[in-house]
Amino acid sequence: MTATALQAKVHPAVEGGLLLEVADLSVQTASVTSITFTDPAGTALPGYVPGSHLVVQYGDGANAYSLTGSGRHPSEYTISVLRVDDGAGGSLAMHRLAVGDLVRVSHPRSAFAPVATARHHLLIAAGIGITPMLSHARAAAERDSEATLVYVYRPGQGAHVQEARELLGPALAECTDRGSFQEELTRRLTDQKLGTHLYVCGPAAFMDTVLARARELGWPQGRLHSEPFGAAELDQGEPFTVNLARSGVTLEVPAGVSLLEALENAGKGVPNMCRKGVCGECYLPVLRGAPLHRDLYLSEQEKSANTTMMCCVSRSLDQELELDL
Amino acid sequence: MSSGVIDGTAVLPERISRFPFPFPSDSYRYSTNVEPALKTVVTEAGAWGGRLLDIDEHYRHELTERDAVLTRDPTRLQVLPHMRPAVWDAISTLLPIMAAEHPDAMSFDRDGNACRWQNTLQDLDLEFTLGDDGSLPVEPLRFLGSQIQDDIALLDQREGALWLDAGLVTFAADWSFGFDVGMKFLEVHGPVPRVHQEQIITRAQQFLLRLQPGEKYRRANWTMTVDRRLDTSTETYPQWARDRATVAGDPALPDRLHLRVEVQHLIRLPHSGAVLFLVRTHLLSLSDIARVPAWRERLGRVLAELPEDMAEYKGISRYRSAASAWLLGT
Repeated sequence: MTATALQAKVHPAVEGGLLLEVADLSVQTASVTSITFTDPAGTALPGYVPGSHLVVQYGDGANAYSLTGSGRHPSEYTISVLRVDDGAGGSLAMHRLAVGDLVRVSHPRSAFAPVATARHHLLIAAGIGITPMLSHARAAAERDSEATLVYVYRPGQGAHVQEARELLGPALAECTDRGSFQEELTRRLTDQKLGTHLYVCGPAAFMDTVLARARELGWPQGRLHSEPFGAAELDQGEPFTVNLARSGVTLEVPAGVSLLEALENAGKGVPNMCRKGVCGECYLPVLRGAPLHRDLYLSEQEKSANTTMMCCVSRSLDQELELDL
Repeated sequence: MSSGVIDGTAVLPERISRFPFPFPSDSYRYSTNVEPALKTVVTEAGAWGGRLLDIDEHYRHELTERDAVLTRDPTRLQVLPHMRPAVWDAISTLLPIMAAEHPDAMSFDRDGNACRWQNTLQDLDLEFTLGDDGSLPVEPLRFLGSQIQDDIALLDQREGALWLDAGLVTFAADWSFGFDVGMKFLEVHGPVPRVHQEQIITRAQQFLLRLQPGEKYRRANWTMTVDRRLDTSTETYPQWARDRATVAGDPALPDRLHLRVEVQHLIRLPHSGAVLFLVRTHLLSLSDIARVPAWRERLGRVLAELPEDMAEYKGISRYRSAASAWLLGT
């Protein structure tokens, strides 16, 4: 096992997740490698919604990657990772994995699902943005629903091109330069049947261009979908300090740990239920400081009053909060 | 008041000891009362909630009743075409859970899409292929509804909303699935008083929209029903509505009037991404409730205190005072 693989400290983003084994590595292009994970015990993995992503821990960090399978009763999870030499180090760590390494991953998270009522799925991918589209295309094939894929990649740099060709046949349009893509895009945006939904994944500027062009050509917003990586989850937030006025205790709340968890860890648990900011059980009276409200329970007025907070999801705008606890 | 203590040292029957008594305090208001599923709740009479799919002494009787309702009125089962994958997702999710929770009675094996389901409670040994409607003896959702006591609703998520686009609902508490199918979640709950001003349904929807695949939550809801009648749908209103007016003066009220508790499970299905709503209805007569002194008092107080608009919506306004008086011995 390589030193980067299994870390003793579990990253909060993969807590409660799975411990999987690297079963296969396959080089897609000079900079993209596919990594396949399986359960070391050989059991089937949880199914997932097409377009889902997996958070994979590396060292002290964790990155999200799209799963490329259809998600139906999977025996393995496969991601494809583009090596980014000047990134935070996640992709380099992924590229260093070896068969047999154990890796902590989250359960698959869905944030880019196909629309069940769509009459046709128009998939548009650039570069490594092919990964969730492959998942969509596979699911469409299994469900006998119609899909078209427009795939833009640099000559010789197309990951999964062969699979896309086999999967989609004539429903795949490949573009390797900007001019031909613009032409193809305009044609596809103007000749779709009523009820088509568009899905786009790629660099942010690419997605903006595609979405802007679609709107220009009269596509309603509800038919346009882009990959909002990780938006289904709240971010880890900044660390802050809480003073519990009545018990005279001061607690540190690190990034990635909720105030509720910090209170529980300190033996100061409060009544709670959903732990997602909707049920209203875990409210706490705030005496000083401005909470960063992230719940769905308090009204806008209540939030702006800054006298109450839901400690399962909300954090602090100020360095320190004082609570009536 | 006939009973005050728990029958001496006698053990309470399971219908009482496993009953999901829903009131934590002496007054009841609507709230977004969701909690993670599978947590065992200890009550004054026993415990409930350790399983997702609860099977009890009424299993075969209720499934026979469901089949009869469906034969009389096929509109209780509807699947809009785009929901077929969600139905299969529900089947491939629930049968393994049921087998794991009831290993003495059931087993589920899967190899790819080939499945074998055994249910000794029904002398059933069935091989079928996931995704192939014709491989089951009846249409897929009807099959699922013939194995579990729960009513089933499936919500599709799109356009930032949830849509009630498929279901099998034979034991509705005063609503009509056939009328609601195809509606948005917020529209389905349109007639419920108070919850809109209090943003309760909006919050519930936000919660459901964010539910991740594989996550399982539950909530309890309640009303009251005269006799052990499971099908109190809008469609059969003429058959059961009259009892609500007459039961208050009936000396048999404690045996006829039942607290009706729905344990609702909310599950994001792993592959289709649809939200599965399971509604498991439990009925317990006031006579049985009175065998647990804490329940007798609490239900008596809840019924006395409940605001009129809520009592009216629940359809209990004509007999709740009589019920409360009997329970509290006043």
